[in-house]
Amino acid sequence: MIESILYLLPLIGYVLLIIVPLLLVIAYLTYVERKVIAAMQLRIGPNVVGWFGLLQPFADGLKLLHKETIIPTRSNPIIFLCAPLVTFSLSLSAWAVIPFAPGVVISNINVGILYLFAISSLGVYGIIIAGWASNSKYPFLGALRSAAQMVSYEVSIGLVIIVILLSSGSMNLTDIVEAQKSMWYVVPHLPMAVIFMISALAETNRSPFDLPEAEAELVAGYNVEYSAIIFALFFLGEYGNMILMSAIGALLFLGGWLPPFHVIPFTWIPGFIWFALKVSFLLFIFLWVRATFPRFRYDQLMRLGWKVFLPFTLGWVVLTGFVMVAFNLFSGGQG
Amino acid sequence: MIKQDASEKQSFTLNFGPQHPATHGVLRLILEMDGEVVERADPHIGLLHRGTEKLIEYKTYLQAIPYFDRLDYVSPMSQEHAFALAVEKLLGLEIPERAKYIRVLFCEITRILNHLLNITTMAIDVGAMTPLLWGFEEREILMGFYERVSGARMHANYFRPGGVNKDLPSDLAEDILAFANRFPKVIDDLEGLLTENRIFKQRTVNIGTMTAEQALDWGFTGPMLRASNVAWDLRRNQPYEVYDQFDFFIPVGKNGDCYDRYLVRMEEMRQSVRIIIQCLEKMPAGPVKVHDYKIVPPPRTEMKTSMEALIHHFKLYTEGYHVPAGETYTVVEAPKGEFGVYLVSDGSNMPYRCKIRAPSFAFMQAFDFMTKGHMLADVPSIIGSLDIVFGEIDR
Repeated sequence: MIESILYLLPLIGYVLLIIVPLLLVIAYLTYVERKVIAAMQLRIGPNVVGWFGLLQPFADGLKLLHKETIIPTRSNPIIFLCAPLVTFSLSLSAWAVIPFAPGVVISNINVGILYLFAISSLGVYGIIIAGWASNSKYPFLGALRSAAQMVSYEVSIGLVIIVILLSSGSMNLTDIVEAQKSMWYVVPHLPMAVIFMISALAETNRSPFDLPEAEAELVAGYNVEYSAIIFALFFLGEYGNMILMSAIGALLFLGGWLPPFHVIPFTWIPGFIWFALKVSFLLFIFLWVRATFPRFRYDQLMRLGWKVFLPFTLGWVVLTGFVMVAFNLFSGGQG
Repeated sequence: MIKQDASEKQSFTLNFGPQHPATHGVLRLILEMDGEVVERADPHIGLLHRGTEKLIEYKTYLQAIPYFDRLDYVSPMSQEHAFALAVEKLLGLEIPERAKYIRVLFCEITRILNHLLNITTMAIDVGAMTPLLWGFEEREILMGFYERVSGARMHANYFRPGGVNKDLPSDLAEDILAFANRFPKVIDDLEGLLTENRIFKQRTVNIGTMTAEQALDWGFTGPMLRASNVAWDLRRNQPYEVYDQFDFFIPVGKNGDCYDRYLVRMEEMRQSVRIIIQCLEKMPAGPVKVHDYKIVPPPRTEMKTSMEALIHHFKLYTEGYHVPAGETYTVVEAPKGEFGVYLVSDGSNMPYRCKIRAPSFAFMQAFDFMTKGHMLADVPSIIGSLDIVFGEIDR
């Protein structure tokens, strides 16, 4: 008994070491989003609470905490309350396998990328449960849309991941990063990187694929009936997923913690800073896209996913495999 | 087993509004949907009804003007213009040249105000946030011009029967000119975000298409009609004030879809800028209202010394003036379309009847026809392109 507690304690410590900074980053991502988009829209953004509005995320959080949690009369309260928990906890649990620097990872399992894929596929449950449990029309439509959308884009993300697996010969994220030492995968697989980024936008329900919460059509989509802290959990989950997707993108295509050139001034900077920079860059793209593009329509989105991305990524998988066999580039020798 | 007959297909009824972010006010739609496809759209109006027409029957002609600001509250001066013209027609007044130029100047500023709001809110309806904030930056400046000339940012009450209330403040003309020279750059920026944007085109091209014939049948006017390739603009077809003095184009669309309506409005803003610049160049000096103290109040300085002026002032602001018996239907090309006032006078100091023809009302009635068979996501695009404002639909 004691032994198992002693075994668990450091693990809980590690988990907290990741989750607490992660929540802080999520909070400040909302701040950065508001500031960046404000700059693009000739506005100022939050500047009242704290210096330069730096305490704004906490003010928002506190406000949501002391609001009343409204549960619609005709909803199914237990499932209704579970949905945001599902979304939020899934977006946190994926971080268990993300390596921040060589060896800095909670669990360095050798099927890390499959684990990530599985967790991000489960994310749709939170939304569809929320839409169903609200027992209301707008959330229901939002939930249906998001289920269709996430499933469609899951497929192309899966094929993009297969391309990376073929190139690196491993499912372990640390190995995948190490395999990019000579060249980041964004160089040979640029089209896949673009498709991954677009699919990541769709996967996280961000503009221009924010159909499940399209305000002009569905008011707020699946979270119409949610208020107070349970709404905040959805919100945190969404932003957590954005960071997660950026982190996966950085690991798969931008060489994770590796510096761009292995020469002196670049190698002085520690790995996790490189990683943070790359994640921030990808997050900036998320925000930039949001300020620039209108929203897709439901059928257009499905067409893009199934008729453009799927055949293209499938073709790229075949092409990659062909090139690997023809030039005997398989590494690792597991096969 | 549940037997399901194909003819007994259950449609899904969605209550869209009135507290919905994309309804441009207080529109309430009952949408009957088959999945995401709209089968029938039933607009419910009247949530902003204030009885404007009836109220005007119990107000003097001067007191009636502010009601026109509050109809289509994004283009106030154009509507004052229609009423002022109608009253002048019944009175048989000819207003001074400078007043005409000032009216045209502010009508075109109003057109830009209206189109900026419409285009940017349409953009936000299809999901693009940024144009709204860029456009409102400019609207702020235009409302500043409103304020400097009339004292109010929206409900100006500036055009009066017999001219305009006051002359332009000293440096306003230069500021408007500076704005007009700079503004095409802003239109270019907005176009950069929208016109060739693939997603924006996917969301608007071939959505809510109206052929020229259909548009005429449903009573469309203004940009909605011109987008369907009918070159009908009252400023050109039956010029009022000094519109025949200016060099400008009437843009027309080709297909009559949401995208063409957007393009027509964009081009109209450029043409308005041209008119504004020409107007400022040609504007003559002189009085801005008729010299008839039975219709327009005398200057305040005169009131302090002249007993006659004081009496005129008192009579004007209590009883008002009597308008000879008669009737008129007077129209102007408001930014949204043909805005008409049917005014009947019985010779007293108050209108006997004042019927207002609001362009958006006609657009609203075609809404069901336009949305049939489109998807839910197209409903906001169509509402956005209709350019409806509930102040004038409900009156």
